Formats: sequence, structure tokens, C-alpha cells
Amino acid sequence: MTATDLPAAEVGRARARKEDARLITGQTNWTDNITLPGMVHVSFVRSPHAHARIASVDVSAARGAAGVFAAYSGADFAAEQGSLPCAWPVTPDIVIPEHPSMAVDTVRYAGEIVACVVARDRYAAADALELIDVTYEPLEPVLDMEQALADGAVQLHAAGNKSFTWPFGNGDIDAAFRDAPVVIERTYRQQRLIPSAMEPRAVVCAPVADEYTMWTSTQIPHVLRVMLALVTGIPEHKLRVIAPDVGGGFGSKLQVTAEEVLALLLARKLGRPVKWTETRSEGNVAVHHGRDQIQRVRIAADADGRIRGLDVDLLADMGAYLMLVTPGVPLLGAFMFNAIYKMDAYRFNCTGVFTSKTPTDAYRGAGRPEATYAIEHLMDDLAAELGMDPLALRERNWIKHEEFPFTTIAGLTYDSGNYEAATETAKELFGYDALRAEQAERNAAGSPVRLGIGISTFTEMCGLAPSRVLGSLAYAAGGWEHASIRMLPTGKVEVVTGSSAHGQGHETAWSQIVADQLGVPFEDVRVLHGDTAISHKGMDTYGSRSLVVGGTAIVNACDKVRQKARVIAAAMLEVSPDDLEWSDGRWAVRGDPDQGKSIGEIAFAAFAAHGLPDGVEPSLDSDATYDPDNFSFPHGTHLCAAEVDTETGQVRIRSYVAVDDVGVVVNPLIVEGQVHGGIAQGVAQALYEEAAYDSSGNLVTASLADYLIPSAADLPSFTTARTTTPSTLNPLGVKGVGEAGTIASTPAVVNAIVDALRPFGVADVPMPCTPERVWRAIQEARGAATAPPAAATPASASGPGPNPDAQDDSREDRSAR
Amino acid sequence: MIPAKFDYTRPSSLEEAIGALAAGGEDAKVIAGGQSLLPLLRLRFAYPSVLVDVAGLAELHGVRDAGDALEIGALTTHYELTKDPLVAAHCGLLAEAAATIADPAVRHRGTIGGALAHADPAGDLPAVITALDATLIATGPDGTREISPADFFADYLTTSLAPGEILTAIRVPKLDGWGYRYEKFHTTAQAWAIVGVAAVARRADGHVAEARVGLTNMGSVPVRAHAVEAAAAGAEASAAALAAAAASADEGTNPPSDLRGAADYRRHLARVLTGRALAAAVGV
Repeated sequence: MTATDLPAAEVGRARARKEDARLITGQTNWTDNITLPGMVHVSFVRSPHAHARIASVDVSAARGAAGVFAAYSGADFAAEQGSLPCAWPVTPDIVIPEHPSMAVDTVRYAGEIVACVVARDRYAAADALELIDVTYEPLEPVLDMEQALADGAVQLHAAGNKSFTWPFGNGDIDAAFRDAPVVIERTYRQQRLIPSAMEPRAVVCAPVADEYTMWTSTQIPHVLRVMLALVTGIPEHKLRVIAPDVGGGFGSKLQVTAEEVLALLLARKLGRPVKWTETRSEGNVAVHHGRDQIQRVRIAADADGRIRGLDVDLLADMGAYLMLVTPGVPLLGAFMFNAIYKMDAYRFNCTGVFTSKTPTDAYRGAGRPEATYAIEHLMDDLAAELGMDPLALRERNWIKHEEFPFTTIAGLTYDSGNYEAATETAKELFGYDALRAEQAERNAAGSPVRLGIGISTFTEMCGLAPSRVLGSLAYAAGGWEHASIRMLPTGKVEVVTGSSAHGQGHETAWSQIVADQLGVPFEDVRVLHGDTAISHKGMDTYGSRSLVVGGTAIVNACDKVRQKARVIAAAMLEVSPDDLEWSDGRWAVRGDPDQGKSIGEIAFAAFAAHGLPDGVEPSLDSDATYDPDNFSFPHGTHLCAAEVDTETGQVRIRSYVAVDDVGVVVNPLIVEGQVHGGIAQGVAQALYEEAAYDSSGNLVTASLADYLIPSAADLPSFTTARTTTPSTLNPLGVKGVGEAGTIASTPAVVNAIVDALRPFGVADVPMPCTPERVWRAIQEARGAATAPPAAATPASASGPGPNPDAQDDSREDRSAR
Repeated sequence: MIPAKFDYTRPSSLEEAIGALAAGGEDAKVIAGGQSLLPLLRLRFAYPSVLVDVAGLAELHGVRDAGDALEIGALTTHYELTKDPLVAAHCGLLAEAAATIADPAVRHRGTIGGALAHADPAGDLPAVITALDATLIATGPDGTREISPADFFADYLTTSLAPGEILTAIRVPKLDGWGYRYEKFHTTAQAWAIVGVAAVARRADGHVAEARVGLTNMGSVPVRAHAVEAAAAGAEASAAALAAAAASADEGTNPPSDLRGAADYRRHLARVLTGRALAAAVGV
């Protein structure tokens, strides 16, 4: 092989995704596309009440309706449905209420399932639903976390409205705050969000004798199989779970759902394949929600801006029940409030609270966006208090490039990072100094349209997760990942991965990795995933873990393939294995590179198995299961310039620069897509999205007409760039990118809005920063200020506002009007 | 979601359509582009007995020059309004407003007649034709009649169309030489207007000779801002003078309070946006 024949490295190539041709030409295998002989359709009656006793359920009329096979109430399943699982009992005394898939005597959120109809098609099922007569005795809803914990509050569960309190910390927090020159205290609100995956959930469950196959739109086929076995008692080896093409999840499909359990139980009861596909408005009340925290934060600093201590007290809304990882989500943030900053002391406390709302659970970023929002907002507030440039304040406190590896106050060891490089690049692309000058001019001129600059110098913990860490946090499972490499006789490769892609492009990225590892063409690699009968072992996809953990498992499996191949190649070449070196994608004789064997040639030799040395098995196939030693820590600097029309409250993002350091990039196109989508989703939290409830506990944003998600028309062109500081913790040097954009962008946008309005005395605008809220924040600050904000307000936009707490009254839920 | 069962008929003439509608009684509904009706059916907010699909009626399509007015067939889609040369030449406001409706898919299916007959005060076109002093033409079992916007929009999602009557066309006076602006204020591009202001104005000698203003989502029906029109007539063509004229924009309105904004915020927006719309229409 000459130099010109060298295969180009696949890792780093911006390859178009293999899966896209199928996905965009209607050849997909969505769960809802699956039709089986004899299949019946189930529809669910859901509670219209947030909290009620079920007095009676009469399904008799529905049973008699045309096309209906069966109709059931919760009582019909009481003996077999068990309780939906929570795998993360975060404290020994945590309250984990019974959570039946179908409510039996009480409903605790609007949308909870109370009855079902099974019919020949979904139209007949929908018609028959209207014939089910449920009598409720309404009870008072529990809608507010603080009120839920107050004396005399209506109790949602026999054990009360508190699930747990989880304390954490390091250093002497009292000493850090005692005599601190600057202390600021804030309360931020993380609104409730609805994940809104493109593909609504769907499940098909088919029984054959006493074995069951379930196709479901899930992120976690492997975890689901284990959990279904535990919940229903159906033996694990008689369950097969398949995640076919899955159209996004954002954490919402990291779940064991009532609908999946009921589909399984109905398939067993009826002996027929059962299908359920949700509608969007059904999904909005029934898919687990995300975020929803009240964050009370306090920071103490020296006069020069050095952080002394950070004190975080969270109320986290669990919703009505604990689902798969509900209580663990806010705790993932415990390690991230300190972010990239050094400090003397840190205290974190989180109380999980039950309310009569849809349960919450993981949503893109899961705990980390919440923490990042709070600390990055707080850093801006501190800078304003100190009269410092907010970037300078961050630099004063962040971990310096030369200080890595660095063990943070929260106890994590960040292996690598270069905050200086990312920030420098971002400032330059953004035109930071020029925008600051324009901002000052507008302020001086009293322009009705102000300019704000928002900063987010974020990091996150990815690659969930070292199993021993998960164990120490009381999570029920591990954080490893599995991979298998199957060498086919013709030199083609099948990669079996325990990761379960649902839009991430694993088929492409994994092919690139394997192509390099085994010296085969990209096109010769096929990736198999998402079926427990094919990929028997896995921990699935969430928490930006697939590349870091699953990718490393693949590298390790490829290494085993190579080592097995080396022995066979040596026999083929009649040399000692020690005389071979892996060079240019093949095993060649050291010093005589023309003498070598490609992995394909060796694979055929292994297949024929004619001349293998004694004791060598006729197979190159290899498995690896990898458990990481540490998390990975992507970071970056995001800068947002926002124009705020102070007459209307309208916010326009003028420019957005994202410089991310996600380590080594396998496929820049995929990374770019993840960053763009992530930023959009974080902007959506900042400006648009909120699951709003009325005073009786009904979700009033049950359709996409009311729950606003932005489209491309609402977003600016993002300017993206990368710095590359490879992770030292895995052989690929990768860090993960699935959540970075979402984590970074929310505080960048809100900080920009607040920055624009600080001259008016505005210190916060509650999310989402709707035009009305922005306008009211200005009005309230104006009303509270002793003097009207003159055009002559000092041009320093980062100067302290006169009334940092003016926002408090505007935080009420406007939907209750 | 899934609609309840309904009958469906696709007549081939207006006469046949009116017959089918009359025969269907109270619960018969006309469907054109379906962009408002289908969501209601799917959410089971509406249970029509029969849908009379008028999409095949050629006489309801297209824009026609009718001398000092344009006659726009009820089945003209929003997209067609944005592209039609007659509309562009004589009634730019309609094209500008149609371009802001929802998203491209909706604009290609949704029709002007459907949008007006749906009578959603948050829809854009009702306020626009109110500002334009357009005439709605309806045909029913008792013949054809002409209806003013003020009479047509009876209440929230309610028109004065009688059972069996079909909106067939909208006659819009040509406003050659007038300036115009549809100032739509919404949170996302696809969202309904929190408030919208449709303004047309004629300028002469540095002053506003005549102005007409319609308001979107400031009450249960589109609102004609008569006080603003009176204040603007004769006013100096300057942003300050027009902002002053716009101060009465919320007079006589009854805006809703909902997720997107409380009534007081809408009143404020109406004043600000009316000033801006007039300024743009007048060209200052």
C-alpha cells in the first residue's frame, strides 16, 4: 500500500448521515407504522381532574359499542399492574408512593389513566371512550411547591407532599459568608417544560404463547426490558423489547410508562397484539415533564470578585409520582452549580415535592441546565453588584488552563478544559467590545430598543456514568455500555451497540469509529441497535453518554478483534505475532510493510478456519463492556446579543455565538446539528416554552397552539466554532455533545435580556421571557425606582441596578388569570 | 386526535352546495381549506353532522377586477393573496397580512373565505377587511346579499351568515395611492397575533388625509378604531403626531386576558402598534 492509498481517517469527517436517506424518504420503521395480523388498538380515558377520588367507573356501554373488544378500569388491573418503577431512591427515607399504571381509587394529576378501551381500530376506540362513565369526587389540587410543604396543606399522598431532602456540600459555608464583603441572594424559577419530541410515543406489544415482543418509541429498550420484568413478573427472558426508528426523545422516552405496562398486560389478557399511539395533546399531559424548580441561591464574594461560597437551596417539583429517575434529576445539578469556578465552600440542599401535576423526569440536560442557569445568572448579577464586566468576573474565578486536572468543590475531578481559549474565540467572533460600545451608545441615547449581552461560560458532566458513582448516589443500575463486533467472512462488519439512537446519528458515527479502528471502508460497517434480541446488553442513550461510554466500548471491542486477528495473520504470514504491527489499517510485518493482511482477509481465514494455530478459535468476533472511571466535561462559551423593544417587551436575538469544546469530534456535521438543535431548545426555555396550569390544576398548554415551540423562523443564524481539548479519560478523547447547546443557551439569552434592562433597574425576568413579562419587568422597575430611568443612566450596562428584586411580583403564573 | 364520525359531500355547484347545507340543518358545516375546522374536529370541540366541501366550486376561486374594487373569491388561498398581481397593485395590505398567517403549509391550504367565516378575532384577515371597508358577499337559499364587516362578525367565532348561506366572495375597494401596514405582534412566527393592527392611510400635503384602522384580537370581533381614525385625519404626518392619534386605539375595545397577555398589556400594545402601523402607512 502506498501513501496515496492510505485510507483517510474517518473520525473527523463531516459525513452525511447514513440513516437520513431512509428517514427522509418515508422508509422508516416508526412504531406507529407497525401493523400485525389481529392487532387491536387501545385508547385511554384520562382524568380531567388534578386530584380526585374515583367513585365509580362504568365501562359497560363502551364494551357494547361497535368494534370494541374490551374495556377496563383500574380495578380490573389492580392485582397485576404493580407499581411503575422509580430506580433512584436518593435517600434512605425517600417517599416513593405507589404508582399504578391505571388509577384505581384516586387520581393525582389531570391526564392520569383511569380506564381503557380496546377496539378494532383507533377510531372505534376513540368513539367508545366517550361512552365510559367515570364519577369523580374532586379534591383540592396541590399546585404550588411552597404551599405543598406548608402546614395544613392538602396531602396528595398518605406520607405527605415531601418526597425527600438531599443535603450535600463541602467546605465551611458559614465561614465563607461570615464577613463577606459582598453577598447576594436570588430566587430563580425554572419553569415546567414539555419535552415535545417530534415523534409522539407509541407502543405495539405482541404475545406469542407466553413470550412477548414490544416495539416502543423508547430511548431505553434494555432498561425497559428489565423493568417490565420486575413490574409485571413476566420473566425477563420471555420479553423482547425493540426500539425501531425513534423520532427524538430529549429524555421523555427515558421512561417506563404506564402505556407500555398496560400494552403488555392487555396483550397478555387478550392474546392479541395491542397497539397504542398517542396524540400530541394527549402526550402533553401524559409524557413526563421537565425542569420545574424554585432555586434559592446565595453567593458570597470578596470585593475583587473572588467567590468565597455558594449556597443552593432547591425545591424540585416531582409532580404527582416518582417515575424512573425523577428524584435523581435535580441531584445531577448538585455537581454543576459550582460550574467552572473555584470557591472555598459550597452547600446544596434539594427537597423533592409532590404536586398534583404530571410527573417530571429527565429532560435534555437533566439537572445541569437548571444549575447552569442559576450560576450563570448569578455571576451576571454579582458582576452588576460589583460593577465588574461579567466576563472579567468569570475569568477571575474560573479554573485556569494549567490547573487541570482539577478537583472541584463538589468533588468531581475535571480532567481537562481551556476556558480561556473558548472565551477568547467567542469574544472575537461575537465582536464583544464593539457590541458593548453600541450598548453604551443606545443607553446614553435613551433608545427605545436596548441591546443586551448575555454570557454563559458553561461546563457539564457527560458520559453518564461511572457505576461506582451511580452506586454512591443510590441509583439502582450501573453506567457501563456494551458493544460487539461481528466480522463477516467477506470483510464487512456488524457493530452491535447497547446505545439506542433516537435521532443522534449513531449509525454514522459508530461506522466512522469502526472504519478507523479496523481499517475498513465506512460503507462496509453496519450498526445494529435497539433490539434486545440482537443487542442483548446495554444501558441505552441519555445523558450525552453514547459516544463517551458506548464509543469507548466499541473501541475496546475493536481492539479485541485486532488482537485476535493478529494471531491469525501471523499464521497466514508464517511469522510470529510479535513481528506484526498494526499499520495503515492492517497487520503487517514490521520492517516489511508489503507483507500484511487486512482485517477482511483475516476474517475470511477465520471463517474458513483451515490453517488456524492450535487453540485459536475460528472467530474474530469480540465483545466489550466499558465502565467509565469518570465523567467527561465538555465546556464552552456562548454569547448572545439581544435587542429588547422596551415599548412592547419584544425580544429579538440579534446574534448568537457558540464556541464549544466537546473534545475530539467524530463527525462535525452531527456535532453542528446537536449544537444548533440544543441552542434552539435552550432558547425555547428562555423565551417561549412553559407548561402552564390553571387554578384547578388543568394543563392549559395541552396543544402546540398554546405550548409554543420555536421554529427556524424564530431563531437567528448561529455562529458556531470549536476549540478542542481532548478528554484524557477515554481513548477517543471525546466528551459528548447532546445536551451542551441546551445547557448553555438558556442563561445566555436571559442574561442578555436582563443586561439590556439593568439600566431600568431590572434584575430578572422570569422565564419564559415573554414580551408581556419583559414589558412588566420594565414597568415594575420603573414604578419602584425613586426616579425615572433617564436616558442619562450611566452607560455602563453592567452597572448595578437600583432595584434588583423588582421582579418578584411578576413571577406568578399568569395562566391563572 | 380523532374526529367523531361525520358525513361528507362534495357538491359540484354553488346551488348544490347551498342545498346540501340547508338539508344538513344546524350541524352542517362548510369546509374549504380546513385549516381552522379540522383542528376543532380532531379535538372533538365540534361534532358536525355533515361537511359540505366547497373546494370543487370553480366560481369561488380567483381574484377579479371589478372596476373600483377587487372581487376575491372565497376559496382564494392565503398564499394566492400574497402572489396575486391585482392584490399587490390595489390592495397590498391584504397580501402583507396574508403573508403573516401561520406557516407556509397553512397558507397554501387556508382560504380567505374560510378565515373570515371562522370569525376568530385573533385571525388576521377579519381586522384587515374591516380596515379596508370590504363587503362580504354571501349566497343562500334566499339569494345573494352583501354584508359589511361590522354586520358580518357577530361574536367570537360567530358570523351573521344564516343557515344554508355560503360566503362566496369579498369585494375590496381599490386603495390606489394609499399606504398600508399590518403590524402583527406575536411571540413565535406561527402563533396567533397577541394584537394586530391593520392600517391604511392616504397622505396629502404632509398630513394624513384619511386613515382607517382595524384591530386584531382586541375583543370578541375585529374592532374598527374609529377614535384613532378621527384623530389621525388631518394630523401631521409625523411619528409623534401619529403616536398621539394612536393613544385612543384601545377605546371601545374589550381585549381578552390569556396566556399571551393580560387585557391591560393588550391595550398598551394596541396603542403602541397603532402608532407604528400608521407611521408606516403614512411613510414616516
